[in-house]
Amino acid sequence: MIKSADVVIIGGGISGVAIAYNLAKKGVRNVAVIEKGYLASGSTGRCGAGIRQQWGTEMNCRIAKFACELFENANEELEYEGDIEFKQGGYLMISSTEKEHEQFKKNVELQNSLGIPSRLLSLEEAKEIVPFLNTDGLVSATFCQKDGHLNPFHTTDAFARAAERLGVKIYKFTEVTSIITENNRIKGVRTTKGDISTNVIVNAAGGYSQQIGKMVGIDLPIYSERHQILVTEAIDQVLEPMVMSFSLNLYCQQVPHGGLLMGRGDEGEPRDLRITSGWHFLEEMTKTITNVLPPLKNARMIRQWAGLYNITPDRQPILGPVDEVEGFYLAVGFSGHGFMFGPATGVLIAECILGEDTTLPIDMLHLNRFKKGELIFEPSVV
Amino acid sequence: MSDNNIICRCSDLTKEDIRRLIEEGYTTFDEIKRVSRAGMGPCQGRTCMPLILREISIITGKPISEIMPGTYRPPVKAITLGQIAEACTEGGNEHD
Repeated sequence: MIKSADVVIIGGGISGVAIAYNLAKKGVRNVAVIEKGYLASGSTGRCGAGIRQQWGTEMNCRIAKFACELFENANEELEYEGDIEFKQGGYLMISSTEKEHEQFKKNVELQNSLGIPSRLLSLEEAKEIVPFLNTDGLVSATFCQKDGHLNPFHTTDAFARAAERLGVKIYKFTEVTSIITENNRIKGVRTTKGDISTNVIVNAAGGYSQQIGKMVGIDLPIYSERHQILVTEAIDQVLEPMVMSFSLNLYCQQVPHGGLLMGRGDEGEPRDLRITSGWHFLEEMTKTITNVLPPLKNARMIRQWAGLYNITPDRQPILGPVDEVEGFYLAVGFSGHGFMFGPATGVLIAECILGEDTTLPIDMLHLNRFKKGELIFEPSVV
Repeated sequence: MSDNNIICRCSDLTKEDIRRLIEEGYTTFDEIKRVSRAGMGPCQGRTCMPLILREISIITGKPISEIMPGTYRPPVKAITLGQIAEACTEGGNEHD
């Protein structure tokens, strides 16, 4: 293990490797990524593999749009030998209450004002996109063709390999045990494989971001919560877009390989770090999906798993430095959309660490917004 | 066993494919699974996992007992979404 680094990144998910790649691309090559498992072993590799720009706050829309543009060129930019499997089959968001329909109208207006090509659809128009959609009880829909799917493992792999080619060191199966500070400045990190002295640490630990925060005495206003997913065996392509509903609490997309991947949240989840599979999820998921997309009742489920959402009070990430400890940066609290923001997170945090003007005004996502009470609540999260 | 023998029947991966991945640095079953889809098909790794663990052992020199196996996830056998939904609706508390 190297003895010192310009920057140490904690977490080998999409955020961590994308930040490392962008730092190296800008010439900061003495960078170490510390990952306690293997790459994408946490929330990145457990996510629903969807990316969308249909958000309800300006910041989330802008980050998502920026990330989508980066995904469109990622295979080429990262010179990846494999394929990140980017498919822009769109997201069809369905509303089932008048209130949600009103929110959709506001969302589309906001999205269009930011250059996101989403549109409000009648139920008849929604059925043209997904002919077997059961519209009973639905009110309206929105659609954005540019939304879609990526393979999280290959995308993380692509960033990691590109970063390593530029000199970044990635330490898998290595756990951070403590962070060394002196006069409220970052001095180094202790790991199970040795110590690295550094003046800059990035907390990109996903579901475990609170634990890393506590290592420097910062109590992040975040909690982690299990979200579950199931996948069916691969079948012929029948479903082009992601179908998503906030009020019905579901999302479902057929990945390019052919499996139908679906998930939902659960109001009753305890706020802890468990990622075991539960029966209750299966019950609610299958009842809901066979109602909304009835032919899926014949699809055979082969696997279920779970991962952690790392949730902030306003469902927007916390990005940037902290006031309390010099050299400590946050890329945390993505509230279930860290994978889809990943490439943008990489650029923004790298710019922030280097003291450059950031491509987007991420000072709005600074940790101190919670103290100041400047919250803009994201209404559109499953 | 020849190099083009199939190791993962669901995802159509040969011994050569698996050995190349191990040599590229994916030295746990979970990593190989995620990068190649080995063990993600209908059999859920019941055929390929022992074979892949053995290949990892041969190449890395570690005994199989020291190599982390993949996680076994529900269900044990593929089941349609309709069957689950129906059992939950009609069968009451059968699973309690």
